[in-house]
Parts: sequence; structure tokens; C-alpha cells
Amino acid sequence: MLDTLLLFLQRTAPELVQGTKITLQLALIALSLGILFGLPAALARVYGGVIARRLAIGYIELFRGTPLLVQLFLVYYGLPDLGLTFSRLFAASITLGLNSGAYQAEYFRGAIQAVGSGQMVAARAVGMSRLQAICYIILPQALRLALPAWSNEAVSMIKYTAVVFLIAVPDLMGQAKILAGRYFNPIEVYLSVALIYIFLVFVATQIMGGIERKMRTPGLEMEIERH
Amino acid sequence: MEFLKDLIFLINYLLQGTGVTLGVTLIALSTGFLFGTLLAVLRVYGSKPVARFAAVYSTLIRAVPVVVIIFILFFVIASIVDLSPFLSGALALGFASAAYQSEVFRGAILSVPAGQMMAARAIGMSRLKAISYIILPQAIRLAIPPWSNEAAIVLKDSSLVFVIGVPEILRRAQYVSARTLEPFIAFSAAAAIYFIMTFLVNRGLDFFERRYRILM
Amino acid sequence: MNDETIIRVEDLRKSYQESEIIKGISLTVREQEVVVIIGPSGTGKSTLLRCINLLTRPDSGRIWLKEQEITAPHTDEDKVRQHIGMVFQDFNLFNHLTALQNVTIGLTKVLRMDSREARDKGLWELERVGLVEKAASYPAQLSGGQKQRVAIARALAMDPDVMLFDEPTSALDPELIGEVLGVMQKLAREGMTMLVVTHEMGFAREVSDRIVFMENGYIVEEGPSRQMFYAPKFTRTREFLGKISELYGENRPGEMQ
Repeated sequence: MLDTLLLFLQRTAPELVQGTKITLQLALIALSLGILFGLPAALARVYGGVIARRLAIGYIELFRGTPLLVQLFLVYYGLPDLGLTFSRLFAASITLGLNSGAYQAEYFRGAIQAVGSGQMVAARAVGMSRLQAICYIILPQALRLALPAWSNEAVSMIKYTAVVFLIAVPDLMGQAKILAGRYFNPIEVYLSVALIYIFLVFVATQIMGGIERKMRTPGLEMEIERH
Repeated sequence: MEFLKDLIFLINYLLQGTGVTLGVTLIALSTGFLFGTLLAVLRVYGSKPVARFAAVYSTLIRAVPVVVIIFILFFVIASIVDLSPFLSGALALGFASAAYQSEVFRGAILSVPAGQMMAARAIGMSRLKAISYIILPQAIRLAIPPWSNEAAIVLKDSSLVFVIGVPEILRRAQYVSARTLEPFIAFSAAAAIYFIMTFLVNRGLDFFERRYRILM
Repeated sequence: MNDETIIRVEDLRKSYQESEIIKGISLTVREQEVVVIIGPSGTGKSTLLRCINLLTRPDSGRIWLKEQEITAPHTDEDKVRQHIGMVFQDFNLFNHLTALQNVTIGLTKVLRMDSREARDKGLWELERVGLVEKAASYPAQLSGGQKQRVAIARALAMDPDVMLFDEPTSALDPELIGEVLGVMQKLAREGMTMLVVTHEMGFAREVSDRIVFMENGYIVEEGPSRQMFYAPKFTRTREFLGKISELYGENRPGEMQ
């Protein structure tokens, strides 16, 4: 069984590599967008005024309370109705980014709150403005605390990107679907793809583990929310 | 007026999908629960090779996207027995969830104080009885908060069985959007329904947790 | 006191990692005897108790419960533990069960007793330790002393041949120690065979028949309690008893009626 799989992998290597590239690119973009959306949302929730807080909570609850796939379809098929048309890749990136951002916001929020209000008070007492306190005192600590949960999200992102094949993005899953259609051996194809994902996840875990170890700080352990 | 009629039709059609979604979720959660607890017990109390196997299995399954697992199992099951996409999808989802649930239960079992097992053995219980009557009842109660999280995830992941053609909410939304050419409304409605369901599930499980909390 | 030997330990040895915790201990406990083991912490006293009810497997040596050699291969350990009661320093009550359920679960699940019978017996044992009105309470709602008394009732319910007590009062607030020692004294008067590891010298002197002084995995000295307290043979014993009596004082308020 394993040797037929390996043979198959060899034969279809170029397509699979191409798909893997897209998958990894997507994961990276989504993670970065996630920070872009998530960190401000977390800050808004903790330090913002009523309006900012409400908006942040709305965003977070919306994207955590609905399936990623539904969000994807909404953005790619639904928004054109309102005049907003996006390319597949863009729609995939932005949806994954918004989705990840909502979860990341909660990890950041938890970490910021774990830093403790005493730190903010002390910073203000020294004369820092709110913004300075957040940048120089709170965030450096919070980001370290959030690292375990965040690296879990980072590794898992590789898996989350898989659904974008449904809007015909040629990621790893997308290639799998094409190959299955071409060679009529779905089980082999998807098993091969599963192996590749396992490999990617393994490597990502090692990388994130190394980063975590480098930056370890004794502190709160946060609940991991996603797969 | 026409718009309102369409909207009512849409909501009604989607709501019928709710039953399917809930069905998939419940089947997946229960199979995941059964196998998840079994895996967790094996990991904590099994012999070294058994525990190792359970650990590797759990890690591998959790490294693969749920969609891929659904596809693989769907085709594997289809080649053996004739099951509806609904059942294959639900079982596949349950199979994947079992690996995640085993992590939840493993953590919970390890949180039960070590003295509990000792005291159980001290009154003459066999290991199996101690696990069944003393450890697991406590572990399950400890597991409720992280498990609720998993339940919400499975509810959302149920949308993935869309890919094997199960007529749950998302597939219906897609059908409607193709027919009425109003995709935005269709998918927004679907999102709204999911949102409400997730909200209710979370509230329900919160209530459950408060009621059965053990004070240690 | 009868002459039947309930527990006999012969040349017991146990090591953890590199260090030998128990270095060849031999001990006998006869029916209705109350034997107290004293000694500095970490000298293997708890390990000894846990070997006796096979919660820990000794490395070598033999143990008999009455006529049966329980260290023999193919021994049904679970069955053996039905006849030995153990009370832990940390109580270890089952948190998800009420006091009554804690006492009856051994009866229903291990001895397969009828649930009504078990309930009656459970209430009777709780009465025996003075806690029948707390039958429906959960461990979290009980004080430390009450928890330990329920733990004693739980062990007694199995009608054991011998009761092992592993520092039963060490985790209790001082005011609660008395109620537990009181129950233990009552048990001794009723003729229960007991093997107790404790620092409570008052109890040791008043209630025990024999004292065993253990240090560094050896039995330094043992003998009738009177003799041990007033005329110990070894200097080390004298030293230890002296220090302990200083620390814990003679009779403390609340101790023993």
C-alpha cells in the first residue's frame, strides 16, 4: 500500500508541490492578516471606548460564531451582489485573515488581561501616555504570554486553508481534487495529501516549538481554543 | 412583496437544513465522545505500546484537515458498505473529533487527583472499576468547559459535509443562491442560522457546566 | 487479645530509583493489637503501609494476611484489598459522591451488595463515626476532620481484618485532630486490629499496644508502648521521643476524651 502511495507521490510531485506552495503562502498571508485584524480588535476590547469595544466584540463574535466555509462563500459569492467582487485568491486570503483575526483577538485579549492592570498603572505613574504604556510595557509581555496559543493557531492554519479549494483555489486540496478526477483513485490521492499535511504540520510544530522555547517566559497558560 | 415571499421561502428551506446539521453534529459528537474517551483511557492507563499507539494516532489525525478526513473516509466507507452521505459524513466528522476529544479527556483524567485512584484501589476496586466509577465520572465533569468548545467547533465543521453533498444548511444556501441569484442574502441567512445555533449551544453547555461542576 | 497473627511482614525491601527506602523490615501485628509506627519523615513508613496492602509492590520480602501469603504470584490483589482498610493523610474522598455514597460504593460495586442493604450498612458506619447527619453532604461541604471520619467509615464498611492509618491527622487543623483521634480510640476499644503511622504521641502512648520506631528504612526498636516511652533501649529512640514530646506536648486540648 505504502509503495503505491510513494509511487503516486513521485508521479504527481510537480502538481502537489505547486499546491503546497499556494497552501503555505495562503497560511502565511492569513496569519499576518490575522494579526493585523486581531491585535487592534483585542486592544479595542480591552482599552477602547464603548463604540470601539462594541465593534470589536461584534467582529469577534461574528467570525467565531459562524463556520469558515460559510464566511468564504459569503465573501466570494455573496459580496459581488453588493458590488464587491474579489479574485479567488483575494477572497480566500481576506476570509481566512478575518477568521483567524477573530480567534487571535481572543488569545491576545486573554494575554493582555493576564499581564495585569498593575502594569498599566505603574507605566502611567512614570508619565507614559496610554499609547506608550501599551507599546512599551503591556504588549511586549502580552505577546509573550500569547505565544503558545498563537503558535497553535499558526500550525493549525495550514489545515484551515484546505477549504479554499471549494472556490477553486489551486491549493494542495485543489490539486488533489484535480488529480482524483484525472486518475480516478480518490482514496490514494487524499491519503497522499493527508501525508503531506502531516509532514507540513510536523515541520511547523517543530519551528513554532523552537520559537516558543527561545521566548519562554513563566506566566499564564492559556486555553487552546481551536484545533 | 415578491422579495418577502422569497425571503420566507429561503428561511424555511434553510431551516429544514438545520435538522440535518444538528443530526450530523449530534452523531459526530457522540461517536467522537465514545472513541475519544476510549482513546484517552488507553493513553493514560494503557500499557506502554498501547498508550504510544493511541498518542501517535491522535497526533496524526489532528494534523490532517477535517475536509481531507471526510473525503478519505467517505470513499473508504463507500467502497465497503452503502451508507448515505449523511451518515458517512457524520461518522467521518466523529472520527476526526474523537482525536480532539481524546485530548480534552486526557487532560481531564490527568487533572483528577492521584489519590482518588489509590483510595479506590484501597477498598478493593480493580483498575477497571476504579476508572469506571471513580476517575471517569470526575474527569467528565472537569472536561465540560473545554468540551463545550469542541462541541461548538463540530457544529461549525458540520458545514464541511457539504463537500460530499449532504443537504445541510450550507448546501441549501448554495442551491437557493443559484436559483434566486441572491447569494448574499442566502449566505447571510445561513450565517445567521449558524450563529444562533452556536450561541444556543454555548449557553446550553454553560448551564450544564454550572449545574454539574464539582467543587474540589 | 487473641494469638492469631493478622499481618506478618518478613524481610521487606523496596527501592525507588537509586535509593533503598525499606531495607529489610520484619513486623507482626496480632489480632486486636494496635501498633503505632513512629519515626522521622521520609523514612519509609508510608511506603511500608502501601506495601502491606499491595498498592506498592515490594522488591523482595514476603507479607501474610492471616493465613494467606499475599506476595505470592497470582494473588488476586483486589480481593486482598477488600480485607485491608486504609485511611490516607489526604482523605482522598470521592469528590463526585456524597458521604453516604463514598461509604457504600465499595459495598455495591466491589462486594455487589444489594443497594438497600448497602445503604443501611453505610448509614450504620457513618453513625459509628458520628456523622450520620452528613450522609447527603458532598466532600467539599465537609470540614477536614469530617472528611477523615467519612474516610474511616468508608474503610470500615468493607469489614476489614485490619485498618491501616497513614498519618491520618497530619493534614488537619489542630482543633480538628481530636475528633479523628477520638474515633480511632473508639475503634481500638472495640477490638479493631490497627497499624497506625502518626506523630501524635498522646495517641501512641494511650491507645497503642506496641510502638515501632523506624528510621532510614530500618526498625530501630520496637516494644510494648509503656516500655518504649519510659524505658527505651536505644539512645536514638530516646532522642526522637524526647524531641517529639517536646514538640507536640503532653496532653493537648481537644485530644481524647
